[in-house]
Amino acid sequence: MAAIPGELKYTKDHEWVRPEEGGSVVVGITDHAQQQLGELVFVELPDAGRTVAAAEACAVVESVKAASDVYAPLAGTVIGVNDALDAEPGLVNRSPYGEGWLFRMQPAPGGLAGLLDAAAYQQILEQEG
Amino acid sequence: MKTEPVIFEYSRPGRRAPSHAPAEAAGPGDLPAAVLRTDPPALPEVSELQAVRHFTRLSQLNFSIDTHFYPLGSCTMKYNPRACNRLAMLPGFLGRHPLGAVERGQGFLACMHELQEMLKAVTGMPGVSLTPMAGAQGELAGVAMIRAYHRARGDGARRVVIVPDAAHGTNPATAVMCGFEVREIPTDPSGDVDLEALRSAVGPDTAGIMLTNPSTLGVFERRIGEIAAIVHGVGGLLYYDGANLNAILGRALPAAMGFDVVHINLHKTFSTPHGGGGPGAGVVAVTQRLEPFLPVPMVTCEAGRYRWLTGRERPQSIGRLSAFMGNAGILLRAYVYMRMLGGEGMRRVSGFATLNANYLMAKLRESGFEIAFPGRRASHEFIVSLKGLSRETGVTAMDFAKALLDHGYHAPTTYFPLLVPECLLIEPTETESREELDGFVAALVAIRDLARRDPAQVKAAPLTTPVRRLDDVRAARDLDLTWQSKRPATGGA
Repeated sequence: MAAIPGELKYTKDHEWVRPEEGGSVVVGITDHAQQQLGELVFVELPDAGRTVAAAEACAVVESVKAASDVYAPLAGTVIGVNDALDAEPGLVNRSPYGEGWLFRMQPAPGGLAGLLDAAAYQQILEQEG
Repeated sequence: MKTEPVIFEYSRPGRRAPSHAPAEAAGPGDLPAAVLRTDPPALPEVSELQAVRHFTRLSQLNFSIDTHFYPLGSCTMKYNPRACNRLAMLPGFLGRHPLGAVERGQGFLACMHELQEMLKAVTGMPGVSLTPMAGAQGELAGVAMIRAYHRARGDGARRVVIVPDAAHGTNPATAVMCGFEVREIPTDPSGDVDLEALRSAVGPDTAGIMLTNPSTLGVFERRIGEIAAIVHGVGGLLYYDGANLNAILGRALPAAMGFDVVHINLHKTFSTPHGGGGPGAGVVAVTQRLEPFLPVPMVTCEAGRYRWLTGRERPQSIGRLSAFMGNAGILLRAYVYMRMLGGEGMRRVSGFATLNANYLMAKLRESGFEIAFPGRRASHEFIVSLKGLSRETGVTAMDFAKALLDHGYHAPTTYFPLLVPECLLIEPTETESREELDGFVAALVAIRDLARRDPAQVKAAPLTTPVRRLDDVRAARDLDLTWQSKRPATGGA
């Protein structure tokens, strides 16, 4: 079963969001997403400073099975990316909620509204069966 | 079984193939000394027999349509009739120089002209250009023509190409290469395009939609007429990805479905050899309004004389896509194939391709496999989902693919389309016998039984191939594409 930490927020497209002190957020893909993709071989991250709309495709995760877009879970500005994934994309598989984070954003005002809590995300996974 | 080393590993300094060596070594002629190389090229130094054995052994390691059933979904790996090869290699064709006088190439040009006409007949389109040299280049040409059409009308607002989520990956890639933004629309549970989503996706910014019909889900898009009306209604055009033309050949015309442009993979539907990167032929056919934009050159016939149409006579053309006029040898093979079959034969192609797919699907369903769209008739291919079995046993679609090799079958396409988890996309084509199809079902059943009994054994497959399970993750992460000699370089003379 895929892990769904209770303290994080989620999207239906399988991104997670961790609010930080100071209002910024960290974004990654969920354990379920990495399980579905299989071992990642390449991660393409957005440039820091880029402004993105909610649900805009802004990163790519590629496994031997498929290449998938990662969508911005909320509107805002990208303020940093996880450079370690360049050399070691497998961090996303080994530690999707930790060392395998993708990028950090400064959300636009009201940005966090509309994200799912762990229970709602769990329900989506169950529906997808 | 053993593998075969690269030919450089047989190399020994000074070894030659005497029967190929010139009696007298040719001198450098009048080339200036400054441009002459000082050391010999790093070519393998082997005897003639070593070279023959090396390449014969390599060919024996090959998994090919000539040796094995190859149900690779979406790729249409059908038999390539030997007659097509033989006739395309007649000395008059092989010896013809593309810059030779047009008068001396009338036979070849006549074949190309007839091929254009036959392709018009199977698409229902009035304009054809043979020049794109691969499916992807045909797609590029098709979408470039859509762009040229809108620009010629002074309509610069059309920046979006709509693509269903079931599309081939090349479709959105092509749209982006042509400078468009991609808008994805979902598929409904029965496998058709979601019409409501389409209606809300179209507008004055719609340049067009890219569709495959039958779709990559192996089902016919039933509401294609409505889709065409919606897209044409807002001024957009319809692009037909001809990857799955084998299913409808001689039975349905892309033009009659409302499409404006189609690319045809001759290397799939018209049975020219493919796999391993080509060469291919991705010819394009268009309706009247796109004709001025077709890539050049094309063959025209005036008073019984054939000649090339070039950019001078087609000023609105998107231009040339190849040095001469496409992959001539491949076009000839497709031409012979179509002439051998005739119109009635082409109808039989789609009929038996569809019959074989539906027979195989029914047999697999009877055997307890989960069909992705059980309520739908298959087109020329269909999807099996191994999701349930994978949960139960841990054996994945990829493990099945590897295990099939041990049974003497090439794997179907795996993990495409992405919409269906743990999927196998199976396309038997029309050229397989019933016994072959039954054998394939028996192999899948045997692998499933083994998965339930001893999943570790399936995960260890393949056991009988020259190389065992490859580490595809490492292959993608640590690209190493050059062979390095383990011995110090020879030569230096």
